[in-house]
Amino acid sequence: MNSTLEKIASFIVVIILPALVIYFTVHFGLKRDEPVKIEVPLKSDTTPKVNHGEFEILQQKFVNPKDVTAACLSCHNRRDDELMKSTHWLWEREAEIPGRGKVKIGKMNIHNNFCTGAQGNNGSCMRCHIGYGWEDKSFDFNDATNIDCLVCHDKTDTYFKQKSMAGWPATEATATKEFPVPDYNYVAANVGYPDRDNCGVCHFYGGGGNNVKHGDLEEALYHTTKKVDVHMGEDGQNMVCVDCHEAQNHNIKGRSYSVGAENTNRLHCYQCHTNAPHNDKVLDYHNSKIACQTCHIPVYAKVNATTLYWDWSTAGRRDANGNAIKEYDADHNYSYLSIKGHFVFDNMVKPEYYWFNGTVDHFLRDDTIKDSPVQINSLFGDYSDPNAKIWPVKVHRGKQAYDPVYKQLLSVKLFAHNKGEGAFWEDLEWEPAIRLGMEYNNRPWSGEYDFIETEVYWPINHMVSQKEETLSCTDCHTREKGRLAKLNDFYLPGRDYNKLLDYSGFAIIILSLLGVIGHAILRIF
Amino acid sequence: MKYKKQYLYSKFERFWHWSQMLLVLLLTLTGFEIHGNLSIFGFETAVRLHNASAWSFMGLALLSIFWMLTSKQYVNFIPTKNKLKEQVQYYTSGIFKGMPHPTHKTLFNKLNPLQRITYAGLLILIFPVQIITGVAYLYYHYPANPIDAEGLRMAVAAHTMGAFLVVAFVIVHMYMTTTGYSVSANVKAMISGYEKEPQHEDEANKKTELQ
Repeated sequence: MNSTLEKIASFIVVIILPALVIYFTVHFGLKRDEPVKIEVPLKSDTTPKVNHGEFEILQQKFVNPKDVTAACLSCHNRRDDELMKSTHWLWEREAEIPGRGKVKIGKMNIHNNFCTGAQGNNGSCMRCHIGYGWEDKSFDFNDATNIDCLVCHDKTDTYFKQKSMAGWPATEATATKEFPVPDYNYVAANVGYPDRDNCGVCHFYGGGGNNVKHGDLEEALYHTTKKVDVHMGEDGQNMVCVDCHEAQNHNIKGRSYSVGAENTNRLHCYQCHTNAPHNDKVLDYHNSKIACQTCHIPVYAKVNATTLYWDWSTAGRRDANGNAIKEYDADHNYSYLSIKGHFVFDNMVKPEYYWFNGTVDHFLRDDTIKDSPVQINSLFGDYSDPNAKIWPVKVHRGKQAYDPVYKQLLSVKLFAHNKGEGAFWEDLEWEPAIRLGMEYNNRPWSGEYDFIETEVYWPINHMVSQKEETLSCTDCHTREKGRLAKLNDFYLPGRDYNKLLDYSGFAIIILSLLGVIGHAILRIF
Repeated sequence: MKYKKQYLYSKFERFWHWSQMLLVLLLTLTGFEIHGNLSIFGFETAVRLHNASAWSFMGLALLSIFWMLTSKQYVNFIPTKNKLKEQVQYYTSGIFKGMPHPTHKTLFNKLNPLQRITYAGLLILIFPVQIITGVAYLYYHYPANPIDAEGLRMAVAAHTMGAFLVVAFVIVHMYMTTTGYSVSANVKAMISGYEKEPQHEDEANKKTELQ
């Protein structure tokens, strides 16, 4: 009897209780709470408070769009002051760059890795300035009527700045089928918060074509699904740019590090999603060193391709008849243009990964080249930097013209209205294009040119995937070919191990096994 | 032959032992999966199970410390030199000749001198190192302040080495269970609590020297 009781007790303490320990360990270990759900009121859901069509001042006969601006400002007074301080207007901002101090940087004065630089190519590039007629240095940044209100606030999708016209819409004299004279009364009667197309008309086409620059911002986002962009998908949240990129007094949140440098005025996922959105410790802890984007944007350029490589050194070739050449790759993206050189386009691109603390360095216009590839911008941050996180980055590589004597990147005149004015896109000649580009920018040139490798780093932020398509643990936590294979300044579990330590460890295990086997054999025989 | 049957392992002790066995097994499998040597559960599940079983292990460790202190059973784990030489000689030669064990178990002397050293090492060195480095990895995220632990490189190395040693311990431990008075005597004792050992006349009259 006693013995039976003891047997039951043994069964309980040897089998039942340990099994319960494991059961609860596994049960609570694998239990996961639901991610945080958020409800954020959207700007795009706002209904207009007034009907602009009823305002008499907007019913006048407009010929010059500057008169529309004047009419806007007659009610919306002081808005011009706000706008004229914005980077959309100034194309530069003051930024403190470590090692350089305060500098003024922006499209106003820096090189980019695409069409090399805006200054001197105003007719083409300044189409995307929010003003009218920034043809050259004489543009008046203090004339409020130079502001183009409509390009951002038109809700009719009928107002466009005309190609090559430095920001002007078509006039009676210049109108074409593609760019008719806007119906200003109709447009002015239908203004409101910017839509996808107001932002996209410039931000999707930078670099001379759809998705050339960003990779994660392109025309597919005008109408898209949540599979491409979980925020903007029309079958989902249906958010537009300004729902995240909110503006206070025309200062729009969000920083693009192709032109900016400081860790200020940024837009962060946590502003809506909190710092612990997964409601799960293991995942939420990752956020202190991993940007949300890293896992949640596993690929970019999900629809149309983006440029990954742009080699200016081969530009200028002509065919047998002396005409400019266009060549295309198998996916119908151009691979060679006489006016621009060779390209590599790709879609569904896996980002590269770098530490990034929200500040960048820029290769300033007059910097001396020290290394190749020239870093057009470079991201600050490493593992030991408490502000740095691992970010997905589009790295755009290429070759640009430089002065081998003065060791500087060259400013090139690419655009002109007509042939014979020395612009590369018209005449395909480097010498006059460089000379005129350098002259316009008041820069000295030795008279020689060659081409040098360049790189620019664009952190990826858009085209956030649905949760089912985010990275999983083993995309990084893996011995071979993980996404973070190149980031080696820290220990990553699952990827890293100390060879000596592991080999010693396995040796100890094998020796133990051999030891007990040997001992057993000796006992038996 | 006469048998001496004595109650060596209390209910708590047996619960502790077998729970710990399962937890160490789970920790080892999941740990080596996280380290990249196995794939059984999948990485994410392995991480979650490793964390959870670490918590259970630490809870159980607290309970066992409390038990050891209140039951004074900690004396079993205090290393001694007494009969150490004889014990080494037994395992290296006597055991092959069928010689009797040089030491005898009692409630307050369950472990032979070699076991005492091994278990003390496990309890004082390996388990605390595994716990401290493991907790550091759980909570001392991305360390720079106040101590720059260089991404926990040392902690990770120590934790990994600890894992190898635990595996080596388990191998030897499992083998050693077969070296009792019969091949299964030790395992049976850890199940029933009672250990049966054959008793010779002279030994029966002998008092245990240890203690």
